[in-house]
Amino acid sequence: MKKTLQLLAGLWSVLWGVAIAETGSGTGVGWGALNMPAGVTPDSHDIHDLHMTIFWICVGIGVVVYGILVYSLIHHRKSKGVEPAKFHENTKLEILWTIIPFLILIAMAIPATKVMIKVYDTSASDMTIKVTGYQWKWRYEYLTDGLGKGIDFFSSLDAKSNEARQLGSKIDPTTVEHYLLNVDNPLVIPANKKIRVLLTAADVLHAWWVPEFGWKKDAIPGFVTDGWINVEKPGIYRGQCAELCGRDHGFMPIVVVVKTEEDFKKWVDGQKAKQDAGKVDPGKMFTMDELVFKGKEVYASNCAACHGAEGEGMGAFPAIKGSKVATGPLSDHVKLVLNGKATMPAFKEQLNDVETAAVVTYQRNGFGNNKGDSIQPADIQALK
Amino acid sequence: MSATTHDETHAHGDAHEHHDHGPAKGFMRWVTTTNHKDIGTLYLITGLIMFFVGGAMALVIRAELFEPGLQYVDPHFFNQMTTLHALIMVFGAVMPAFAGLANWMIPMMIGAPDMALPRMNNWSFWLLPFSFVMLASTLFMDGGAAAAGWTLYPPLVLQTGNALPFTVFTVHMLGMSSIMAAINIIVTVFNMRAPGMTMMKLPLFVWTWVITAFLLIAVMPVFAGAVTMLLTDKFFGTSFFNAAGGGDPVLYQHLFWFFGHPEVYILILPSFGIISSIIPTFSRKPLFGYSSMVYATAAIGFLSFIVWAHHQYTVGMPIAGELYFTYATMLIAVPTGVKVFNWLATMWKGAMTFETPMLFAIAFVVLFTMGGFTGVMMSISPADLQYHDTYFIVAHFHYVLVPGAVFALFAATYYWLPKWTGHMYDERLGQLHFWLTTISVNICFFPQHFVGLAGMPRRIPDYAVQFAEFNALSSVGAFVFGFSQLIFAYVIYKAIKGGEKATSEVWEGAEAHGLEWHLPSPPPYHTWTEAPAQEIISDLH
Repeated sequence: MKKTLQLLAGLWSVLWGVAIAETGSGTGVGWGALNMPAGVTPDSHDIHDLHMTIFWICVGIGVVVYGILVYSLIHHRKSKGVEPAKFHENTKLEILWTIIPFLILIAMAIPATKVMIKVYDTSASDMTIKVTGYQWKWRYEYLTDGLGKGIDFFSSLDAKSNEARQLGSKIDPTTVEHYLLNVDNPLVIPANKKIRVLLTAADVLHAWWVPEFGWKKDAIPGFVTDGWINVEKPGIYRGQCAELCGRDHGFMPIVVVVKTEEDFKKWVDGQKAKQDAGKVDPGKMFTMDELVFKGKEVYASNCAACHGAEGEGMGAFPAIKGSKVATGPLSDHVKLVLNGKATMPAFKEQLNDVETAAVVTYQRNGFGNNKGDSIQPADIQALK
Repeated sequence: MSATTHDETHAHGDAHEHHDHGPAKGFMRWVTTTNHKDIGTLYLITGLIMFFVGGAMALVIRAELFEPGLQYVDPHFFNQMTTLHALIMVFGAVMPAFAGLANWMIPMMIGAPDMALPRMNNWSFWLLPFSFVMLASTLFMDGGAAAAGWTLYPPLVLQTGNALPFTVFTVHMLGMSSIMAAINIIVTVFNMRAPGMTMMKLPLFVWTWVITAFLLIAVMPVFAGAVTMLLTDKFFGTSFFNAAGGGDPVLYQHLFWFFGHPEVYILILPSFGIISSIIPTFSRKPLFGYSSMVYATAAIGFLSFIVWAHHQYTVGMPIAGELYFTYATMLIAVPTGVKVFNWLATMWKGAMTFETPMLFAIAFVVLFTMGGFTGVMMSISPADLQYHDTYFIVAHFHYVLVPGAVFALFAATYYWLPKWTGHMYDERLGQLHFWLTTISVNICFFPQHFVGLAGMPRRIPDYAVQFAEFNALSSVGAFVFGFSQLIFAYVIYKAIKGGEKATSEVWEGAEAHGLEWHLPSPPPYHTWTEAPAQEIISDLH
């Protein structure tokens, strides 16, 4: 038992220390997923170094404390025939072990303060990006002239992960590339620019976190928080929402593609062209089939998570199949989608008029609702 | 005139004799009891049952997390499990178990015949079963149980279906129960100590409970107020936490953690008291640094009120706030360190033996200190920007709550079980329970440090494949841990049923460590109806 106690006491800290020292930087995988990544921004390096400093101080204290304990467990046993001592206080010792930890803490607080001041300094940034958390996707808006101003898009879990993560999907997650850490539209930023990230949320709390960037920050509805990044090298960095935000909290990843300044400019031009092309003439008339076809796509990526792939509903989330709304007056149905209600988010900012018209038409005619009516994008505009 | 006086005296005498008959028979004994031992037993059994209920929920969580992909439960149900697991373990298992120990032990330790307010004591207990039935019933309501985590953060918690008002009412009832228990303990300790039992002679368990009781009285109303504000936001059109109506969702977090941080000390301070009772007994030495233990406990209690926002380093507080809460939180390491050093010094040059209570107490010191180290790491706000809301945090608080609070409860049970039942527990089974539990708890929670640091957020039902290995290991540990607890239940059952007769002292030399060891095992229904002799008290360590 002596051996096992030694194992318990000493081994954890030492093993952990060795294991972490060997992994070095970068996010580990499998049995190597042991430590915080050193990351790719000044903040992340500072935080990683601070983390390692405190860690080694703790290991040091641990070796002393557990060492004394193990020595005592070995030598001060009744089975060794020792007589118990009678002492029960020692003022000098007690003062000493109050003061020494206090000094160690001051030694930790100084670098911590320095790092925190740097992390909080969002001044003199080159560009600003606004990030808004929605249940369960991210919206990215570029706010700086000449660096993508006007670009505005949503970023959700990619289709393959989404398919594989359904309960009973029978798809092996290991066959999906970047399972749960991949999105349809990644955030694209230039390398070596100080970027101020503004964070807010549309519905509930979220938190934006890319471990390689060093920090996470809450996105709070009605408030704006901020942070900054300055990524040293182009690459793809992945993270996740880090504040419980409801059913699909685990399924709203963050992907940031960092490009050289030139490539970034090219991407901005391409993105703007794509955004313009996506703008449909609001006066255009669609056929019922066109709307239902498009509506099915919109439904799958926006509605199915709560209302079910077949509109069957789920617990608190009502079925659309045969629902009063989807088979009732058209304008009430559209208004509910636009403005939301209780748990249901407002979609007027998330979906454009064409998408709204399509999804409403699909809901009224799919799932055996067969209402037979449809609505045009122009009419949506009128209801807003 | 004289006849009347005589009659009155006679009536008093009758009532007295009636009490001496012992407990009423059958089920009504437990419903109507005002006896501190009966109520203690009720609390302890409730704690044990809820430990298994909350544990079953943990196993649902760990089964789903055994491998990537969703295999068993819907994410919404998963979130209900994490929420209820925490609420049940905190309010249903650990707190009632400590209240049970307080009821059983405090009167026996201070030489009092019972708790000061026995009827309130009964009510305080009987609120609990109804609260937990109500909380469990929310699982079957439209929309399921609350799924916003035990912190019940708005706006998410306001998306709860019919369960919200029931969850809030459960919190109110649990709060009432806790406050009444706390008042009872304070009144008992302040007024009913035997002559000669001065405050600075109280066993550490009593001291830590008194300080815990003050924390409870101070913070439970804050929590009740905060959840009531949720209720009015949801149903009566107020906007305390709704930014669109001029409110602030972060205000809730400040209110919650003003309760929540003292709450975590409510869960650990009585553990410190238990460990401070057990280590001296099995080291055959007096506790080292008694008065510094008392002052350290009081210091931790005080600090617990001024560090709450270290749970909120990522909400975007001003930097002055971040730094203040960093420094204040780091300070907690000082009195906590004093406690650990005092325990080491108590063992130093003792003559230790390693019965099950001592094994759990040593494991407590080792593993709680592990949780203390990660606690110091998390107090550093810039580093916490990485740690926050990851499995590193999950690992930290499970280290302080499972090998911390729960191990202290195991240790206490083995330590006092022979006193309560009059029978020695089965030492071989106790040791088996210890080793299985201690090994599996580490297999379960240690790898969570790794995946947390490597980037796995908490409260997710599914995860990226790079975290698969350690999660599988963690789940294996959790299942071994969970099923090992059946041994614990069996050991208790066996000791109640029979076994080797326990002496009044139970443990060699224990008489020097507390008044309870001067009573027979099991103690009669009413104890210390006459105050213990002065020599007994003055001979205590």
